[in-house]
Amino acid sequence: MKRFLWPLAIFILLVGFLAVGLRLNPREVPSPLVGKAAPAFELPVLHQPDKRFVPGDMRGKVWLLNVWASWCVSCREEHPVLMELSKRSVMPILGLNYKDKGEDAQRWLKQFGDPYQLSVVDADGRIGIDYGVYGVPETYLIDAEGVIRYKQIGPLTQAILDDKVLPLAKALKK
Amino acid sequence: MRILLLAVFVSVSLLSINVKAIENANPQTEQRIRQLSEKLRCLVCQNQSLADSNAELAQDLRQQLREQVAAGRSDDAILDYLVQRYGDFVLYEPPFKATTVLLWIGPFVLLAAAALVLVATLRRRRRVPEEPALGPEDRRLVERVLGPAVPPERDGSAR
Repeated sequence: MKRFLWPLAIFILLVGFLAVGLRLNPREVPSPLVGKAAPAFELPVLHQPDKRFVPGDMRGKVWLLNVWASWCVSCREEHPVLMELSKRSVMPILGLNYKDKGEDAQRWLKQFGDPYQLSVVDADGRIGIDYGVYGVPETYLIDAEGVIRYKQIGPLTQAILDDKVLPLAKALKK
Repeated sequence: MRILLLAVFVSVSLLSINVKAIENANPQTEQRIRQLSEKLRCLVCQNQSLADSNAELAQDLRQQLREQVAAGRSDDAILDYLVQRYGDFVLYEPPFKATTVLLWIGPFVLLAAAALVLVATLRRRRRVPEEPALGPEDRRLVERVLGPAVPPERDGSAR
């Protein structure tokens, strides 16, 4: 009897590992940028191309940087959540329009609504690389000191906002 | 018509010259970019290397590699640039550090454990159990059933 116990124990251990492994999402790669200063950039504003925006302009505020594009299908899925959030004006949402065409981006915002305080244009995706973007949409929560506190890869959902982003933002505002 | 044909010819040959120019762009640099991009994971299609992937991000990142190689940065500096942005996950070969110790030495620990179990099992098997000695009580019982003991024959066949 006893000699069956060991294989059984090892088997249960393996099943445990596999069960945990199956639940992990391999697409969610922990970003090394969380806890670090948001990379600096200077980019033109989508609606006013002669104006430029730097993240330093948002110093002192807790804000969201949302990477989006008109060609991105999941962005449409996420869009109502952002619209709702901007209506409640909890915190400023800024858009990083990633590898998009200016006219397409503006048409998209006209069609679905514009939740952003402003969007900046990252036409060649270089700033996206600095932010470690690999799956649009991505969203960064940035604190008053300009440090990235949270990164969401893939669409934001109401549940993620309520459970993670908003409580964290609230704590950061204090 | 002839002019059109000529135009087509010229543009096609110009195109091919262009392709050649890209191919000949310093084979050493191309070699380095290739080697680097084989060490890196494409984050969009995670089981492909940056060299194999045709995802748009992979193309952008290869362009980055090209620019940085051209700017004369070392391989380590370039890998570091990517790790800073995408984490250790971009490297196919994870670095040896506190969080990856188990990953690196785990297989050897398992191997050592298996070897220990093997040695212990073999030792246990070699220890042949001693035949239990017969006590006077047993002898009497045997004699009662089988008859009086016969002295063993000396032809060597008996155990």
